[in-house]
Amino acid sequence: MNKLLDNRNFLGLVFMLPAAALLLLFLTYPLGLGTWLGFTDTKIGRAGEWVGLENFQYLFGDAVARLALFNTLFYTFVASVIKFVLGLWLAILLNQHLPFKSFFRAVVLLPFIVPTALSAIAFWWIYDSQFSIISWTLMKLGWINQYIDFLGDPWLARFSVIAANVWRGVPFVAISLLAGLQTIPVSLYEAAALDGASPWQRFYNVTLPLLTPIIAVVMTFSVLFTFTDFQLIYVITRGGPLNATHLMATLSFQRAISGGALGEGAALATAMIPFLLAAILFSYYGLQRRAWQQGATDK
Amino acid sequence: MSAKDVNSETQGMDFVTSVPRRVVTVYLPLCIFVFILLFPFYWMAVTSIKPDAELLTREGNPFWVINPTLTHFHKLLFETAYPSWMWNTVIVSVVSTFASLFAAVLAAYAIERLRFTGSRPVGLSIFLAYLVPPSILFIPLAYIVFNLGIFDTRWALILTYPTFLIPFCTWLLMGYFRSIPLELEECALIDGATRLQILVKIVLPLAVPGLISAGIFAFTLSWNEFIYALTFISSSENKTVPVGVVTELVEGDVYHWGALMAGALLGSIPVAVMYSFFVEYYVSGMTGAVKE
Repeated sequence: MNKLLDNRNFLGLVFMLPAAALLLLFLTYPLGLGTWLGFTDTKIGRAGEWVGLENFQYLFGDAVARLALFNTLFYTFVASVIKFVLGLWLAILLNQHLPFKSFFRAVVLLPFIVPTALSAIAFWWIYDSQFSIISWTLMKLGWINQYIDFLGDPWLARFSVIAANVWRGVPFVAISLLAGLQTIPVSLYEAAALDGASPWQRFYNVTLPLLTPIIAVVMTFSVLFTFTDFQLIYVITRGGPLNATHLMATLSFQRAISGGALGEGAALATAMIPFLLAAILFSYYGLQRRAWQQGATDK
Repeated sequence: MSAKDVNSETQGMDFVTSVPRRVVTVYLPLCIFVFILLFPFYWMAVTSIKPDAELLTREGNPFWVINPTLTHFHKLLFETAYPSWMWNTVIVSVVSTFASLFAAVLAAYAIERLRFTGSRPVGLSIFLAYLVPPSILFIPLAYIVFNLGIFDTRWALILTYPTFLIPFCTWLLMGYFRSIPLELEECALIDGATRLQILVKIVLPLAVPGLISAGIFAFTLSWNEFIYALTFISSSENKTVPVGVVTELVEGDVYHWGALMAGALLGSIPVAVMYSFFVEYYVSGMTGAVKE
């Protein structure tokens, strides 16, 4: 027995057991099961039969599903770009020599740590059609003459949920990029300044290249989380108005859980996987190429 | 500048810019950022203590409250199932966090230090598991949870939350274990310690900051979880705070904004307090996971 416990392979197996059991049963198996369900006509309370690509064909011809795909891509793209720009800006601001620096850093992260469903409720109230605080302020300033129906108009609603998503995501991007910024030696900036580089040149030629690897990782995470977002939409609009803010995740919840069509919902969820893989591979190869350019050897 | 500032390496070149310029380029944008990031919380707090008469009017100044009231909190605590949602959230978060930490410590040690055959691919697959989003798992998981007979119980959440906690914690702890000198373990091995003794008496005490980081992060993740709790729980008394507030406090077309905001505020405070005590650990957990 003792000899067996000295064997690293056996001991490794024992140590891996709790994690592996939970992950295989509740992660790997459902991943496969979900894909399989996508090819069946399973309903809640009724086992399904294999129907091949029928669900996918149906979804492809379904205007709401196509709209959800468009919404998801639009939401992910716009929100990620804004989060990146604002996040990088905030990171650079926080990297300055400031009084109460750690206080600022702690406060900035608050939107990221409170439950999204709960802060989304606050946004719902901020976007209220009758008592919105934004409308009230703009009215008092005399910029508008009637209350804005933020969640009633398709494009306004899209941008409203994007704003809420950006609000929640900027802290994560900013704090992660700040950690990257802090690893850049100040001597590089001094050398560049002595060579006559302007602040903009210092940013573009020193900060950005050195930050690229961490930007790639942070933005991959950000894109993945945004693409599969569910809570914000579910709480603020439930996909409305006229399905204008339905994302693939919220639509698959509606079809599978509220509507009972597990197979169809699973097909929708499965359809997200290629996009996620593409995002991961894009960042992975982008990262490799950058590392190679900077003189790293091939692994 | 003092020597300390020069050594801290993070100050950049800002000593060459003048004060008025810094006000415009640094302090002003920073203040706007902080204002926008914090405003929803202020708005939540103000709304939660406003009487309905002040809430549902366009007169007066909505940024302030004239007659603060606790009726919304009273309604929340005594007329809804809020206390039991809170209790459920605490139990589920604490149990799933500790269970995940336990599994993650063993797994991370095995992958990083035992280096069993195939430990590299296993490490990589743990990272990939971290990238699998709950939104594509909840449908098959609902199916599994239902067939296991744990639908609408706390077990449904306690058993499924580790799917996103374990990969994260393992990945983070692998980084911490890597930083512990191998020589310490070798000495102990020569002195006749078993692997379990080494893990408990040498590695874990040195990895305490990592354990705290992983624990805090896992706790907030499970406190904030929404889609599983929404899907797997149907009866009111078994819900968690985020789901309960969203699904139970909205009755038809009448929105009880005061009670909704009070619920959102009370549900946010525990994680915010926890976070404020462990900011450094939280940040190092978050950035550590990204950097690796």
